Amino acid sequence: MAATDPMLEGADFRTRLQNWLPKIVLAPSFAVMVLFVYGFIAFTIYLSFTGSRMLPSFDLVGWQNYERLFRVRQWDTAIVNLGIFAGLYIVISTIIGLLLAIFLDQKIRGEGILRPIFLYPMALSFIVTGTAWKWILDPAIGLEVTMQQWGFENFQFDWIKDSEMAIYTIVIAAVWQSSGFVMAMFLAGLRGIDNEILKAAQMDGASNFQMYRRIILPQLRPAFLSAFVILSHLAIKSYDLVVAMTDGGPGTSTWLPALFMYEYTFTRNQMGIGAASAVIMLMTIAAIMVPYLYAELREKN
Amino acid sequence: MAIASTDTAIRSSKVTRTFLYLFLLLFALFYLMPLFIMAVNSLKPLEEITSGGMISLPQNWTIEPWLSAWSTAQIGVEPTGLRPYFINSIAMAVPAVTISTIAGALNGYVLTKWHFRGATWIFGLLLFSCFIPFQIVLIPMARILGILNISGTTYGLILVHVVYGIGFSTLYFRNYYAAFPTELVRAAQIDGAGFFQIFWRIMLPSSGPIIAVCCIWQFTNIWNDFLFGASFASGGAAPMTVALNNLVNSSTGVREYNVHFAGAIMAAAPTLLVYIVAGRYFVRGLMAGSVKG
Repeated sequence: MAATDPMLEGADFRTRLQNWLPKIVLAPSFAVMVLFVYGFIAFTIYLSFTGSRMLPSFDLVGWQNYERLFRVRQWDTAIVNLGIFAGLYIVISTIIGLLLAIFLDQKIRGEGILRPIFLYPMALSFIVTGTAWKWILDPAIGLEVTMQQWGFENFQFDWIKDSEMAIYTIVIAAVWQSSGFVMAMFLAGLRGIDNEILKAAQMDGASNFQMYRRIILPQLRPAFLSAFVILSHLAIKSYDLVVAMTDGGPGTSTWLPALFMYEYTFTRNQMGIGAASAVIMLMTIAAIMVPYLYAELREKN
Repeated sequence: MAIASTDTAIRSSKVTRTFLYLFLLLFALFYLMPLFIMAVNSLKPLEEITSGGMISLPQNWTIEPWLSAWSTAQIGVEPTGLRPYFINSIAMAVPAVTISTIAGALNGYVLTKWHFRGATWIFGLLLFSCFIPFQIVLIPMARILGILNISGTTYGLILVHVVYGIGFSTLYFRNYYAAFPTELVRAAQIDGAGFFQIFWRIMLPSSGPIIAVCCIWQFTNIWNDFLFGASFASGGAAPMTVALNNLVNSSTGVREYNVHFAGAIMAAAPTLLVYIVAGRYFVRGLMAGSVKG
């Protein structure tokens, strides 16, 4: 109780200021976070229960927006697409990343050149990635024409124009962008494994395959978990890549929830439904991130 | 026959190693191909692209697409080229990176060296804020920018990027300062050094690497952002990513693929340059973003 202690009263303003300074310095960031993150989340959740259209309105309509959301065909499309996209994106990026890491870890000459080549797409914006892959996969000028000119006359690859297949072209571009990052995570994990244990296993006659299966892969569990969390989080947020590559098309066949939210809120003046879709996105990410962050933070303390 | 040197437990045969190199080289080609295609086709006249052969080198080399993308291409309604938008992105990224890095350094310092009740909670809330889908804040943010009268401006975007960048910058500095010996801080305190003196004289001089990591990552994220740019700064204040997307997806006139490729390289150049010059710090930031706590 420094403030009421007669010895300190007024006499040592400096000391008391020093005690408060850390909190004063942290205060602006804390205030910004409370308002712009959690306040905004609360506001959007509130909006999702109102009849907002072009502008926010404050008349509550109960669960109506959520009921309508799940009846809209485009939301169905977006959810199914997210399932396909996230599933393939996570699995393929993890497999490629793991293979590249294991292979690079075999005392490869030129590792210093290969590693940065695998990783550089991560430095690019999804808009740049999307633009490049949009034209590469465009049957009029890209891969299809090139292969046909090289003599493979029956070669066909027009997925990006095909409403059934277009979502898979998004997977290709997204895997290209992030598999190098997964490689970096697994490589860091592999480099942390004690070589002595492996040597001991080898003396006992374990084959390379057995060593990976029994010793190395189990020790990479944290890397698997991090890769899964980061990739699923990226997949749920995916917006730019779709906008740049297909803009949701052909038709609405490559819509993802992030695109749905933007379209309904800002283009179709259905702000209530848009807000509801944003809330669902937040809940999905929270279901993955909160347990993960909780575990990570608890470990440290 | 074992090829690998003796200090590794994993040994592989000659055949396996050939396969390894082949696999790795194939993937190197896969990763390099889009960059190669962008570069090659940005130096071709349009007819060479439309007549097919995206992979081949130009027959007539030309820098015309680059000049056009930079200063005359039609973005939206005006034939301004990408230059004004490139400048917008710089005017947005430099202050946003600076402010969020300073805030992150101070926050990280407080959270690790001046423990108080609830500090872990505050950090947890900040950490979660890094990973929210930004769709959840778009509507109220648009309103606040409107109320502050900075919607559709670079100032608005600076504010947005500072606000949503603080979580990550705090995470970087907190993890870095957590490993910094607290005894040094205590000793300085006993010698009578104050809060800011300790920060300036003890913490900052050893913070070079983490400042580099933080600046590189904030810059990469802010430069590459599209969602906020498209939502809050369309028109003349649009950042580079939004302008590039407008250029590529504008439906009027002939599709000038070569100009699009040149524009895409321009949009990629700053972050690519940072990656080439300071790849080490880039990777460290990447890992810090995945291995949290």
